[in-house]
Amino acid sequence: MMGVLALLQDYTIQNVVAGAALLGLISGVLGSFAVLRQQSLLGDTMSHAALPGVCLGFIIAGTRHMGSILLGALATGALAALVMLLLTRMSRLKTDAGLGIALSVFFALGVVLLTYIQGMNNAAQGGLDAFLFGQAAATLRSDVWIMAGITVVALALVVALWKEFKLVTFDPEFAASLGMPVVWLEVGLTVMIALAVVVGLQMVGVVLMAAMVIAPAVAARQWSHRLEDMVWLAAAIGVAGGVFGALLSALSRGLATGPLIILSVSGVVLVSITLAPGRGLVWEALRLWRGRRRQRDQQVLTTLYRLAAHHDDPVYRSEQGMLDTYHGLGTRAALRKLERRGLVEWGQAPPGEPGPERRWVLTPAGIAEAERILASLNGEGA
Amino acid sequence: MLAALFDNVPLMIMLVGALVGIASSLVGTFLVLRGNSMLSDAIGHAIVFGIVIVWLLTHQQSGPVQLVGAALTGLLTVVLTELLVRTRRVKQDAAIGLVFPVLFSIGVLLLNLYARDVHIDTHTVLLGEIGFVWLDTVTLGDLRVPRALLSMGAMTLLNAAFVGLFYKELKLATFDEGLARALGLAPGVLFYGLLMLTSGTAVAAFDAVGAVLFVAFVIVPPATAYLLTDRLWLMFGYGTLVSIAASVSGYYLAVAWNVSIGGMMAVMTGVFLMLAFLAGPRYGLVAQWLRRRGQRRLNEIRTLAVHLYNHEGTPAQREENVTRALREHLLWDDAKARRVVERSCERRLIVRAGEALSLTSAGRELAREILEPGRSRR
Repeated sequence: MMGVLALLQDYTIQNVVAGAALLGLISGVLGSFAVLRQQSLLGDTMSHAALPGVCLGFIIAGTRHMGSILLGALATGALAALVMLLLTRMSRLKTDAGLGIALSVFFALGVVLLTYIQGMNNAAQGGLDAFLFGQAAATLRSDVWIMAGITVVALALVVALWKEFKLVTFDPEFAASLGMPVVWLEVGLTVMIALAVVVGLQMVGVVLMAAMVIAPAVAARQWSHRLEDMVWLAAAIGVAGGVFGALLSALSRGLATGPLIILSVSGVVLVSITLAPGRGLVWEALRLWRGRRRQRDQQVLTTLYRLAAHHDDPVYRSEQGMLDTYHGLGTRAALRKLERRGLVEWGQAPPGEPGPERRWVLTPAGIAEAERILASLNGEGA
Repeated sequence: MLAALFDNVPLMIMLVGALVGIASSLVGTFLVLRGNSMLSDAIGHAIVFGIVIVWLLTHQQSGPVQLVGAALTGLLTVVLTELLVRTRRVKQDAAIGLVFPVLFSIGVLLLNLYARDVHIDTHTVLLGEIGFVWLDTVTLGDLRVPRALLSMGAMTLLNAAFVGLFYKELKLATFDEGLARALGLAPGVLFYGLLMLTSGTAVAAFDAVGAVLFVAFVIVPPATAYLLTDRLWLMFGYGTLVSIAASVSGYYLAVAWNVSIGGMMAVMTGVFLMLAFLAGPRYGLVAQWLRRRGQRRLNEIRTLAVHLYNHEGTPAQREENVTRALREHLLWDDAKARRVVERSCERRLIVRAGEALSLTSAGRELAREILEPGRSRR
């Protein structure tokens, strides 16, 4: 604990942690909309497509000026989304192909521009390809302010247009019937993903940004059924994952920040999918298992009842072995449970009868329960 | 003679580039048609993890075992994605975007940790070095052949063999999965075979073009072909052509501008896609626009014919069947009315006598077709 506190005094680490928190915040909030609108991979395309923008920003500004680089990234990211839309709307290509084409061709253009800049022998170009994987450690205080500014703008837009965005996300047709400018709202949501990508460039780089948009939102979705809760949670998960990853990288010295942030957030996804109350896989498995066991108990009980009915003997004593053959092995556990519930009991064999001495007998409560089960089954059948 | 060929550096580079494109578009065609293009993105990223693991285990990067080992991680991505989708907690697109970054991150962290042991750096991971393929050669007999050429050639043959052998099955599984399953063709197994080959191609192409540019070679040539034809076998032809053209033009442009050769080749595939998108014979924007314009013009001519037919032989004919009247009755401006009259005259549907317009017999026939459809011709 002292180690972490000491770390937080470090100027560089303060910047990194602040940057990671901002990234988690903005991508958690905007990612929620993207994931719900099934546009998860658009973030992937837009982040890869930010690379040529980074290079163009550098070429135009002539130096590694953060503002122009981010502006360039924003422009080409949004342009890639537009190209993808054009390709899918105006030709027979499907969304996946449109996404893949925009992603790979824009990225290739970025690679070309990157090598072009390297060929210019400009001393200031150092570390431009750090945007591929991010270069959290090089984050300056001024970068953090820029990221904070972008985050505030994006969040303010979300708050101001909350009702509209919500409706467009869940029911665009209804939104259109209310006279909302659906196309513009969708464009707005898309461009805002580009804002998140821009914030993430420095921290996790263009390649891993996809997960940063998707993971917090998917994790949060497991815990909540309301957009409000989901967005809050996604933001919290994004911030927590970002800060945790950043601190881990600071402690480990030499491990890249971006991948650690991605792994932290993805870890939350794994936990959420398995353990979230209600939706968690573990709970579902447990429910399934319980249901199966209850059904098995009921089957054993009704078998006893039918045997008794068949022999016209309400206290017919069934052998354990016979029940095992009816149900396959392992009715003992079920019978023990029924016994504990007072539905069956051990019956003493009358003297002189061959075979095992003690057998299973239905109690009056057991008979009533078995009749209730059979009646409900018949009721369903009718 | 042959040795001179293999010593020709530009030729070797272009050949490797073309082979990357051809091998990738053989499998990519089916991915694009099935709507699973983005799996190639996931596979391309995830094999980084596989390549690093295989390197750490065997301390060798190339070789059949290494290739298969690394390719298995591509398949692992797909399997994990499927598992995630099958929990019904995550949609497919989100699942893809969750799985590959995790594997990629682990790959990058391993590179960080064992950077001294692994000869690949994170830069090469993404970009590849197709310009240096001729440095890494193998001696075959008395020939020195670039290793990348061998592995890409083998991968191309393998993909071609797979597609050739299972052509009918793949076609059916792609266009009518239900029928394929009903006929017992196991489309799922076929698809996994296809993805395994995609991963293998990604690994083989890795040194040349890296993880991300590979995606361009898988998706863009088949997508270009898809815009040009409806025939599956022709798609392979067009895909191959685009790959070769992109490789050659990309190489020379890259040399001229002194930029990344692999990157330029990938950009060129995009340029050819744009050309097909704009100027494709049936689905291109220009063709679509021409078709729409033709339709619009036909409609105008028909409207005019109907108008003239309606007033033919009526007392108002003198006032109605003149160019001027079209402005009020059809709400056409003068220029448009004149254009339509001009075109109708060219097609010999109407004739002009002074101001008056009258239908020819062909024009009357056209109007009747619209007003009295189905009536037998008199």
